[in-house]
Amino acid sequence: MGGARGGWLAAALVAPLLLLILGAFLLPVGVTLATALRDPEVATTLPSTRIVLLGWDGRETPGEAAFAAIAQELGTALEERRMGDLASRLNFERTGMRSLLLRTARAAPRLEAPFKPALIALDPRWGEPETWQLLARASGPMTSLYLLRAIDLTRTPGGAIRAVEPEQAVFRTLFLRTLWVSVIVTLACLVLGYPVAACIARLSPPWSSIALAMVLIPFWSSVMVRSTAWFALLSREGPINQALLALGLVDAPLQLVGTRLAVLVATIHVLLPVAILPMVSVMTRLDRAYLRAAASLGAGGWMTFRRVWLPLTMPGVLAGGAMVFLLAVGFYITPALVGGERDQLVAWFIAQFLNRDVNWGMAAALSVYLLAMTGGVLALARVLTGGLPKLGARL
Amino acid sequence: MRLLLLGTAGLVLAFLMLPMLAALLLSFSPTELLRIPPRGFSWRWYEDFFTSSRWVLATRNSLVVATLTMLVATVLGSMAAIGLHLGQFRGRALLVALLTLPMVTPFIVTAAAMFFAFSMVGIAGTLAGLVLGHTVITVPFVVVSVLATLQTFDANLLRAAASLGASPGMSLRRVLLPLIWPGIAAGAIFAFATSLDEFVITLFLAGPGQFTLPRQMYANVREYMTPTILAAASLLFLCSLVFLAVSEALRLRAARRNRAQPS
Repeated sequence: MGGARGGWLAAALVAPLLLLILGAFLLPVGVTLATALRDPEVATTLPSTRIVLLGWDGRETPGEAAFAAIAQELGTALEERRMGDLASRLNFERTGMRSLLLRTARAAPRLEAPFKPALIALDPRWGEPETWQLLARASGPMTSLYLLRAIDLTRTPGGAIRAVEPEQAVFRTLFLRTLWVSVIVTLACLVLGYPVAACIARLSPPWSSIALAMVLIPFWSSVMVRSTAWFALLSREGPINQALLALGLVDAPLQLVGTRLAVLVATIHVLLPVAILPMVSVMTRLDRAYLRAAASLGAGGWMTFRRVWLPLTMPGVLAGGAMVFLLAVGFYITPALVGGERDQLVAWFIAQFLNRDVNWGMAAALSVYLLAMTGGVLALARVLTGGLPKLGARL
Repeated sequence: MRLLLLGTAGLVLAFLMLPMLAALLLSFSPTELLRIPPRGFSWRWYEDFFTSSRWVLATRNSLVVATLTMLVATVLGSMAAIGLHLGQFRGRALLVALLTLPMVTPFIVTAAAMFFAFSMVGIAGTLAGLVLGHTVITVPFVVVSVLATLQTFDANLLRAAASLGASPGMSLRRVLLPLIWPGIAAGAIFAFATSLDEFVITLFLAGPGQFTLPRQMYANVREYMTPTILAAASLLFLCSLVFLAVSEALRLRAARRNRAQPS
């Protein structure tokens, strides 16, 4: 099979999948992430205004040409129903811009030259240099607005970077919460999973197979099924509340769905098998001779565990931990189902920006930081274990 | 010490298994109230599931998408894995990393990107788009599974076939495929199960008439929690037991074969 012919055959076998991954995955991800930097709205809707503003010094209110251009272009844009994207883009950077643009566009057909005093009379904000600085800065083709806003930063009218108003600052908290939930879930999965993996590796058949099956069954069963089961168990009239009431531990049913605790318990439950399986695979391959050697040299149970067993099983712990963290950081289903609005992670906010706000720039900017976090974890796992965890999970 | 270990492991295993068993038990509840132990036994929620047009449609959609995804992912993934194994590429490791990248990318990022790009070319909300999306995230599992099986394949057999005059295509078909099919089948089952369970990609790419079972479950849980959802969950759970049994059977078969003919 060697030689040029085998090479061609091999390339022909790989090519279809390579094309699929490039076309339906890599290219879409690249294009989407690039929208975090793109700023096309002013350039498409207000092309003449943009050109006039290119020659503006950016300090005093611009001259008549800019006013005439924007009045004409806003009027046309409204007529042709092309205002939406521009209004959303500018309103996102400064609240109130949508109403200013719409009011001006509606009044545009009645306005007469000279436009500068006419527009300022219509709305005094046209007389402020800040309004024009905002337009000039949004002229594209690139913007740092979304990447800054996704970490709670914005620009002053002059262009300097500053923190956003406290009531708008949500994203640093969001990333910290995502990180925090992921770390807790990862640690809990490792601590709970380690003894299970050790038992599976050290029990004799058939008990080891039975225990392994009890890990594999949840691993293979649907994440949606398990999240739904938790939703039913935790609901107000659900079994957990009934048990608490029957035991007299509470007087009224507890609100369990929509709490941080519910998110943590359900997420740990869903990801636990992902932590256990790599640990089992390392532990079953471990050479028992090391343990006998430690015992023959006089090490006690605890000493053998700490100095021999634990270091030798570390690769499994790291692989399982990396896999759980990777999945937790981008987790959507379980927190969306059993969590409240204040327990949601980055993935939920990305979905909100796509479905509710239709703000592609912000969705892409959050994705950039989320990918950076997962990339960091992968790099760390690679450094620590000398390779990527092999096991995948269906999430 | 040993007792403590066993006790902890037992408790954790119970934590792993109990929610699903509880959901299974609750799906047979005769009333809407979710009580444990249930007061009586009834099939009414299963009847409801199989007679409600929404659930039947969702089941059909799920099966269609999962079957198509499995076929495309298995064919493309197995071909690529065989090619990667046979070819002496430079940058082969990089290629494997590239092909398995969807496995480690957060699904929400993949889903958003597909939604954006597929809308531009007009395949968002179509069956083709949905199958394409599912294929991208399931195909890495097929590649990994088939590559693992190929590790145990003796390349001398292909040389022997070639020396006896078999064309490359023929020796792949008559020598390679019969020996590595358990790996291909295992990848196919994993692809099917993953597609059946997939939610985030479907959330963005499915049109209104294309709700799959997880999508329909999500919609219903958010509206009103009925035991019908638990019946759906129990049926999916039953499917996953079948997948697990078949994949374990394949694994045992492969392990026996490796012992039988040491390389």
